[in-house]
Amino acid sequence: MDFEVSEFQTELADGIRRLCEGAFPLDVVRRGESTERVVDRDGWRRLGDAGVFHLCLAEESGGVGLGLAEAVLVLEELGKALVPGPLVASHLAAGLIDGADDGSVVVGLVERPVAGAVGARTFPVVVEHLADIDVLLVLSDAGIERLDPATLDATLLPRPMDPLTPVWSLPSLPAGEPVAGPEVAAWWRRDGAVLTAALQVGMAQWACDLAVEYAKGRVQFGRPIGGFQAVKHLCADMTVRAEVARCAVQAAAVTVDQPDVGDAEVAAAGAKLLADEAAITNGRSCIQVHGGMGFTWEVPAHLAYKRARVLATQFGTVDALAEALATSLAAD
Amino acid sequence: MDLRYSDAEQAFRNDLRAWLEETLPGLPARPSPDDWPGRRAYDTHWQRLLFDAGYAGVDWPVEGGGRGSSAVEELIFKEELERAHAPYVGVNFVGLLHAGPTVIAEGTAEQRARFLPPILRGDEVWCQGFSEPNAGSDLASMRTKAVRDGDDYVVSGQKIWTSHAEVADYCELLVRTGPEDSRHRGISWLILPMDTPGVDIRPLHTIAGSTEFAELFLDEVRVPVANRVGEENDGWRVTMVTLSFERGTAFVGDLLEAFELLNTTVALARRTGAWSDPGVRRQVGHLKAELDALWALTRRNVSQAARTGIPGVGGTYFKLAYSETRHKLGEFSLALLERAGLAAHDLEGIDGEGLLPAGVMVEDWLRGISLTIAAGTSQIQRNIVGERILGLPKEPQAAAPGAKG
Repeated sequence: MDFEVSEFQTELADGIRRLCEGAFPLDVVRRGESTERVVDRDGWRRLGDAGVFHLCLAEESGGVGLGLAEAVLVLEELGKALVPGPLVASHLAAGLIDGADDGSVVVGLVERPVAGAVGARTFPVVVEHLADIDVLLVLSDAGIERLDPATLDATLLPRPMDPLTPVWSLPSLPAGEPVAGPEVAAWWRRDGAVLTAALQVGMAQWACDLAVEYAKGRVQFGRPIGGFQAVKHLCADMTVRAEVARCAVQAAAVTVDQPDVGDAEVAAAGAKLLADEAAITNGRSCIQVHGGMGFTWEVPAHLAYKRARVLATQFGTVDALAEALATSLAAD
Repeated sequence: MDLRYSDAEQAFRNDLRAWLEETLPGLPARPSPDDWPGRRAYDTHWQRLLFDAGYAGVDWPVEGGGRGSSAVEELIFKEELERAHAPYVGVNFVGLLHAGPTVIAEGTAEQRARFLPPILRGDEVWCQGFSEPNAGSDLASMRTKAVRDGDDYVVSGQKIWTSHAEVADYCELLVRTGPEDSRHRGISWLILPMDTPGVDIRPLHTIAGSTEFAELFLDEVRVPVANRVGEENDGWRVTMVTLSFERGTAFVGDLLEAFELLNTTVALARRTGAWSDPGVRRQVGHLKAELDALWALTRRNVSQAARTGIPGVGGTYFKLAYSETRHKLGEFSLALLERAGLAAHDLEGIDGEGLLPAGVMVEDWLRGISLTIAAGTSQIQRNIVGERILGLPKEPQAAAPGAKG
């Protein structure tokens, strides 16, 4: 048993970080704010060339043949860079949808609302990134269906909550072409939760780093505010939260790769729950540490908080995940 | 990242499991919590059994009399003992987890030969004399004074939170050997034989009703200079070594116990009907996620320790997060018990399903309150994370006495 990140894994993550610094500097990413399209197709293909989407695809299918353990390290870096777009959906779709693996095709994903669920009679279907995606996949317990986004009669919503996640609404989803069955849907849910959690950990870390940097430089009462315990302890808690969630996410990924070490479904649910909470809480703490500046659009603190809220609605809400975990303890 | 155990690790686990199955049924009945001589006898007997079977000091070096195994095997050891409901380290805590590792790291060859084997055999029990009434979080302000007199130090002062003092043979004692205001630079780490004249022990009663702590009054107690571990005035560095062990993997058994307590709460909630409340189930789900993550963090920390030999910063992260989770678990247990939790006593349910686990739940809630305080309060831990890990500016230091303000 050695749960340390290996040298190879560290190098892989470092490579993705450098790629993001070159292809997705924040000031460039932010040019897409509040527009219909936020995916830079060249950047997306560079992610594809770097293996981001086909990392876990078997070598005989043209992939790299690595595990989810490597994928979460890569996704954490993409989270830290706040890279916009349907990263997890496109990763999952590699091998199922032609062109997803090399980034030439951008794939989106949405859950088909379940009849009888809370809100199902009330809420329209809300879909992210419709103008950027070439294929929309619809996930349900029965399997995965494929829709052509151009054929959907969807309305672009003004003022998206996350300025880098444009959203559309439509009253209901038409039936699509079935492309996978219930087994694939089940592992997509599990792996999707772990990969989304990895993005959340990246953003939790990013929010922490931004807050610490500000706390070191901002002077009030004649001292950097990071010297005051009230601020220092907020920052310390952010670090601990990110680290605990990171361990949960990496353990869940390893459990998916090595199924004999534990229950992968339970590990995935716990990891997503903690990563959602870490990203949301750190996002808010980051704004708080910035004081009034944190409430301005210009300071990017709000971006991680808002994106964390978007990702928290995908692959299981905190409440649903907590319910699933509780059920796992009462199974007999 | 690999969570699979190697064949050798698996073999170690299987052998240990078989030994526990064979040995545990033969143990005597557990003594009552306040019977300290009885507890010493019970805990040291258990330690002797471990020693004879080759399981004493699993991760201690062979030179120190230990098994010389990796931190991973130490983790397996703690995991299997908890799983089998074996006795906890008990009165051997300070010897096995503090003083022993410190003597291994910093002691002379003579000190290692003299003090380590009796700890492993369960022959000698240690206690800790670090904190003082006026030196808690600010440990470096401690004042218990040691004055050199020939081959002895003459020690006078007062210590507090000295666990197991009543039944201890030795105390790991921090004393001031430098000037009064020398803070970190004037502290030494001594081995105090508890039967030395001038040592007075007064038990402390905790809010949990337990009596493991004591106050220690020292009046011109003579301690041989040969009992100093590390250089004179270098005791602060030696202490940091000790504390890194305490904040490292010392909570593994405790964490596994928390998993079991969570299962107990689930069983109780299902029995009482509280389980039909989604709010109750969600609290359980959160606790499960947190405990699983802390188990992952533990394995990360152990993997680091196995590579470097020293528990890293992960121990501080663990303590901060775990103590909060444990508080939540305690509060949740108490809420589930409702009025059956008004006594720390297993009372009979009226459903014919037997005893309600109020004893363990109330005890555990109370004991959990100490976790954000003991071994460095959470506030001090957050300062450490903020300053040493994140590089934030330090707290303003109090001016030394006599300094112009």
